[in-house]
Amino acid sequence: MGDEHLLEVNNLKVHFRSGKKTVRAVDGISFKLGKKENLGIVGESGSGKSVTATALMRLIPSPPGKIADGEIIFEGENILKYSNRKMRDIRGNEISMIFQDPTTSLNPVYTVGNQLLEAIQTHQQLSKKDAQEKAVEMLELVGIPEARRRLKMYPHEFSGGMRQRVMIAIALSCNPKLLIADEPTTALDVTVQAQILELMKKLQDEIDTSIIMITHDLGVVWELCDNVLVMYAGHMVESGPVQSLHSNPLHPYTWGLLDSQITSETESDELLRTVPGAPPNLMTELPGCPFADRCVYAQDICREKKPEMLEVEENHFVACHFQTEDSRLERRGGDHS
Amino acid sequence: MTTMDTTESMNNKNNNNNEDDMEKAPNLFMRLLRNRLAAIGLFVVALMVITAIFAPWIATHPPYEMDVTKTLLGIGSEGHLLGTDNYGRDIYSRLIYGSRVSLIVGVSAVLFGAIIGTILGLVSGYFGGTLDSVIMRFMDGLFAFPFILLAITLMTVLGQGLFNVILAVGIANIPGFARVIRGQVLSVKEEEFIEVTRSLGARHGRIIFQHILPNSIAPLIVYGTMSVAGAIISEAALSFLGLGVQPPTASWGSMLKEGKDFLVLNPHVATVSGLAILISVLGINLLGDGLRDALDPKMKL
Amino acid sequence: MGKFILSRFLNMIPTLLIVAVIVFLITRMIPGDPAAVMLGPQASVDDVEALTEQLGLNEPLVKQFTTYVGDILKGDFGTSITYNRPIVDIIMDRFPNTVILAASALLIAFLVGVPAGIISASRHNSLIDYFVMLVSLVGVSMPVFWLGVMLVLYFSVNLGWFPATGMGSMNDGIVPFLKHLILPSITLATIPMAEFARITRSSMLEVVSQDYIKSARAKGLSEWIVIVKHAFKNALTPLLTVLGLQVSMMLGGAVLTETIFSWPGMGLLIIDAIEKRDFIVVQSTVLFIAFIFVVVNLIVDILYKIVNPRVDYSSKGGS
Repeated sequence: MGDEHLLEVNNLKVHFRSGKKTVRAVDGISFKLGKKENLGIVGESGSGKSVTATALMRLIPSPPGKIADGEIIFEGENILKYSNRKMRDIRGNEISMIFQDPTTSLNPVYTVGNQLLEAIQTHQQLSKKDAQEKAVEMLELVGIPEARRRLKMYPHEFSGGMRQRVMIAIALSCNPKLLIADEPTTALDVTVQAQILELMKKLQDEIDTSIIMITHDLGVVWELCDNVLVMYAGHMVESGPVQSLHSNPLHPYTWGLLDSQITSETESDELLRTVPGAPPNLMTELPGCPFADRCVYAQDICREKKPEMLEVEENHFVACHFQTEDSRLERRGGDHS
Repeated sequence: MTTMDTTESMNNKNNNNNEDDMEKAPNLFMRLLRNRLAAIGLFVVALMVITAIFAPWIATHPPYEMDVTKTLLGIGSEGHLLGTDNYGRDIYSRLIYGSRVSLIVGVSAVLFGAIIGTILGLVSGYFGGTLDSVIMRFMDGLFAFPFILLAITLMTVLGQGLFNVILAVGIANIPGFARVIRGQVLSVKEEEFIEVTRSLGARHGRIIFQHILPNSIAPLIVYGTMSVAGAIISEAALSFLGLGVQPPTASWGSMLKEGKDFLVLNPHVATVSGLAILISVLGINLLGDGLRDALDPKMKL
Repeated sequence: MGKFILSRFLNMIPTLLIVAVIVFLITRMIPGDPAAVMLGPQASVDDVEALTEQLGLNEPLVKQFTTYVGDILKGDFGTSITYNRPIVDIIMDRFPNTVILAASALLIAFLVGVPAGIISASRHNSLIDYFVMLVSLVGVSMPVFWLGVMLVLYFSVNLGWFPATGMGSMNDGIVPFLKHLILPSITLATIPMAEFARITRSSMLEVVSQDYIKSARAKGLSEWIVIVKHAFKNALTPLLTVLGLQVSMMLGGAVLTETIFSWPGMGLLIIDAIEKRDFIVVQSTVLFIAFIFVVVNLIVDILYKIVNPRVDYSSKGGS
């Protein structure tokens, strides 16, 4: 282990100022990511998973946001200490990102080719002709037919799925070591979602890129990831290898997430279970477990003391007072009301 | 996708910290006062109205009283706060009375333009078809004239005078209101409830007065406020060109015209009369901005 | 594109016709006998009758209108009695001067207003932002004719840096020409400058929060390229929308500015003609300015299309 890691995040905290108050959007996240390894970060919207992703690129809008604490160690160096200039050399080159909504992520007033070439030429010393060739090659790689002609077209002339393919082409154009995908399929139609996931899986075999997949959809994680990190209200609540988490989820919040997923077995008339209640107000520092107010298993201790992330199975960590090496919580029949 | 529905509603609670202060304000007036710039605007407008109403008590001299022995006096001399003009009239008092002309023209011209413009916009937007094309083509034609040029041209024909200024500036205001109202009507018409009402057999009059007009009030107020500022500037410009109110009526524009002729001897006449225009227009614009933010920040005006 | 320009061009014709109708109607609103008003009280009955005949004022209104439109189409705006020249010649003498003034004002407004708005937006809520906002708030409320007078007072009367009136001839060299140009240009530029700053700021603020700005940053582009290439081109659309309106306002403002600085353009021509009661000149010049404005709007529409490939013109109305 140790130096082999591509990325190591230690105790990352991201705060946003809102008037005189501080919103702790990410409150102490740590994880490691190996080369060619895929990590899924899962949680509801507002859990801080997107903020975490943005922080990895150092693209938190400031003000009002700021990385308040922690380290982001990429290939052995803490990129939080980098100058803005040096950070720009990393972005789009070593670390790339694709976003949730491909309709709004491409600039509407420039052609797709322009935006792809721009990414290539920012980081690679290529002649215009070579860059053009590279652009065509990238579009073909992500499965866009008639790539040469498509380069001259504007984003509004593409479908949603095609736009996301373009975004992926842009992100991969400089052979990044890390690709951060922030809910890349959420805004797409279900059939297109599957195609994009298929594409990402295929591409991963072809190029040596680690992926951080930000999603609320555990199904995506099972398909694509090696490890998973479950976030809730800016905190980590559970993390571990996908197999372990899949076969033996431990945190009550993870159970809630699992219950609210659509699976192939879900009957169409069966009501999907949701996790009742709302996440806590992130503006006050909680003394206890952030999930306590919505957790049906919560006891007094949950509101008084913050649970630590403990390794209860091999590499499988959970932050719950009742999920430790010697005690386990009995998962009730999924009825949370 | 299904989890999104629940998660989004869960998240709402945390997101609206910024607008809290605005949303908690109980009414329009309080919301205006919360907005510092709008409060300043409101203050300026209130001051202007008070000055105009109580002009005889605030002024120190009758505004038309000439005294050829005391022409072009400097600031503060012989009991004249701001001196006198070339006819020996008290500048301060004329400035105070000048607010009356500005306010009367500003409000009446906009009311005139608003009433006719609203009717045209309503008819055009509501009934559509040929009538709509004819009216809006005509409005486009009026819009092709720079505002002040249209007013100048009309004044050339109408001749000087307070009423004619109101008429000229009022006519120049018509196309703007017609467009705003027509836009509102079209967007309200799109909404379903008008459809429902119509299918229930409501008469045109009732639909217009009970559904469309109430929805048009907010943009009408904001656009109207801004237009008052424009009308005040237009009156001053017309009077400055000698096409506005008739002498010796004290108007800030005509004072500026006279001040310009004695710029070297008595520069403060031009300075204060123009400042009066600037401050009142600025005040009204601030109020208008504030009203828009308080009524509907997304309003496109 | 060619098809689009043609359709916009054809669309322009009814508007121009209506403009002509409006000007015609306004001038026919003159109370009393226009010929008598124009010639003044000391004119003889014969003179008045002769002028009435010459202007065709004794013809029926519809006949008058068709003659009037027919003459305009032939490029014949009639002959001015007070200037004793064809009106087309008078306007063509003055038109370039107004264009010089308006173009230099527009240039100043753009070069100052737009960068001010960009800086203001990129330093949102900073002191610079507040300062730009305050100045532009005052700017949009400015009575330009007063600003002109004040500029004359300080820079001509007190400091003697610039001439107070007139237009320098290029024959005397570029420096006197520019010296004459600077005060009127600043006067005329003030309102559009403030408007540009406000519009640029608000549309930049809207644009920089868009996803494509985030994805541009994620590519590792420099902040300069993000702002100037990605944000600004998107922010241009609202700017172009107000551009047409601002040009109209400027043509109006030119009347006042030219009067203050005795700048021999079309605005001064109108005011002179009003004083001389030469309504034919007033009518023709006003008509000409309105035509110019309609053409300017056509150009703005075309620019709009170039900047913004998404705009669908089939649904766009008469605005």
